Amino acid sequence: MSETKYSTDHEYIRLEAEVGVVGISTYAQEQLGDIVYVELPNVGAKLSKGDEVAVIESVKAASELYSPVSGEVVEVNEALNDEPALVNSDAQGGGWIFKISLSDKSELDEMMDEATYTSHTS
Amino acid sequence: MSKPEENIKQTSLYNLHIANGGRMVDFCGYSLPIQYSGIVKEHIHTRNSASLFDVSHMGQIIITGGDFVSMAKALEVLIPADILSLKPSEMRYSVLLNEGGGIIDDLIITRDAKDLAIFIVVNAATKENDFAILQKGLAGDFDIKLEMGKSLIALQGPKAAQVIKKYSSIANELVFMTSGYANIAGFETYISRSGYTGEDGFEISVADEDALELAKILLENEDVEFAGLGARDSLRLEAGLCLYGHDMNEEIDPISASIIFAIGKRRREEGGFVGFEKISSILANGVEQKRVGVIFDGRMPVREGAEIVDEQGQKIGHVTSGSFSPILEKPIAFAYVPKTLSKIGNSVIAIVRGKQVLGTIVKMPFIAQNYLRSH
Repeated sequence: MSETKYSTDHEYIRLEAEVGVVGISTYAQEQLGDIVYVELPNVGAKLSKGDEVAVIESVKAASELYSPVSGEVVEVNEALNDEPALVNSDAQGGGWIFKISLSDKSELDEMMDEATYTSHTS
Repeated sequence: MSKPEENIKQTSLYNLHIANGGRMVDFCGYSLPIQYSGIVKEHIHTRNSASLFDVSHMGQIIITGGDFVSMAKALEVLIPADILSLKPSEMRYSVLLNEGGGIIDDLIITRDAKDLAIFIVVNAATKENDFAILQKGLAGDFDIKLEMGKSLIALQGPKAAQVIKKYSSIANELVFMTSGYANIAGFETYISRSGYTGEDGFEISVADEDALELAKILLENEDVEFAGLGARDSLRLEAGLCLYGHDMNEEIDPISASIIFAIGKRRREEGGFVGFEKISSILANGVEQKRVGVIFDGRMPVREGAEIVDEQGQKIGHVTSGSFSPILEKPIAFAYVPKTLSKIGNSVIAIVRGKQVLGTIVKMPFIAQNYLRSH
């Protein structure tokens, strides 16, 4: 498993066998509170970095998720349809949101590493 | 990016909110907790046990300087409730109306248990305006003041009464929408059996200097936890209760808002209040739109501002409050729809992010109210 990278919008991405696994950070889920619904993207959707790709809804509000990189959605986390609270309980594990085939891996270089992100959120 | 916080008021419980992990937000000019541990947890705790809410931002208005009948008569010109029929200690929900029958605010009127005053609790955002209207209407005949030295804390939930009973026998006397003076844990309070959650519970008016200690003592009970504004909003939505500025405003009359009970039966016949002409005509001719409760399919919340459309996609209404019900585990909402389509069981279509969501009109409240109406 590769290093996890973070965006300033609190998305994370990590590469697993050349595919990027994307979700929101543990810090972000704490800020959002109880998540009751996740609107997942369509498999096959082509994204540019910064495109709105999913919506995460807490009791209080809806928050957009922006793709941290460009590429094509290859898989979505269907488990969230029945159990959106996985994003709260395991944001960076079972609470992943979609997988993306990256079109430009150099975009990862612009993102924060774990240590930078930790200081960014503290 | 955030504005200087110098104009944001702190309640007497501010430090206690911080100490309990309250996530503070600016709400109507007050720094108040949106949540502590989490909205859903606080919501469910309120339904199962007892939660403490700081509602000190609400306006507490006190009218004195006359006998009850003369004060009530003066108020009935401004407020369409049957105020004259209140017995000492009794409370009633009502509204302030404009000439067009639109709602300026909703409020609760209480006839003082000692019969020395009439108390009115109003919304935070509207309290200055309400006070000005009432002051003008009472025209110097009585004394009216907007209380500045009192906090208001609500203890809500099925275990609220057993908590209050530990400190005062008044919980054995009060039923829903009655009130009285009580010494609670050494502090002089004015306590009512009322609230905004659909549960049995109390609202306690207490001097600012005593509020912090009283809250701490109540929180020492293992059944009592703090709950914030987020849970307050989701609880009132499940309970079918309107939120001013969202579900009602100056363009909406009480009949359309499905709160006709805010207008006393005697008053509907006799009139004599601001807005009566319009209300009378609405009562005779019916309303065009009506607030209804809707449960939506799936899990996606349908929130304030979402359009309601017909099968051709034409806008026919809109959602004024909506969220995900932690108890029903379904999206619930209040929506205004044409009266002709407002029947229980009818289907409605809402648009969320360009997509259609199907819902069904249901009877409100969404969950049974749990008020104590007799001992």
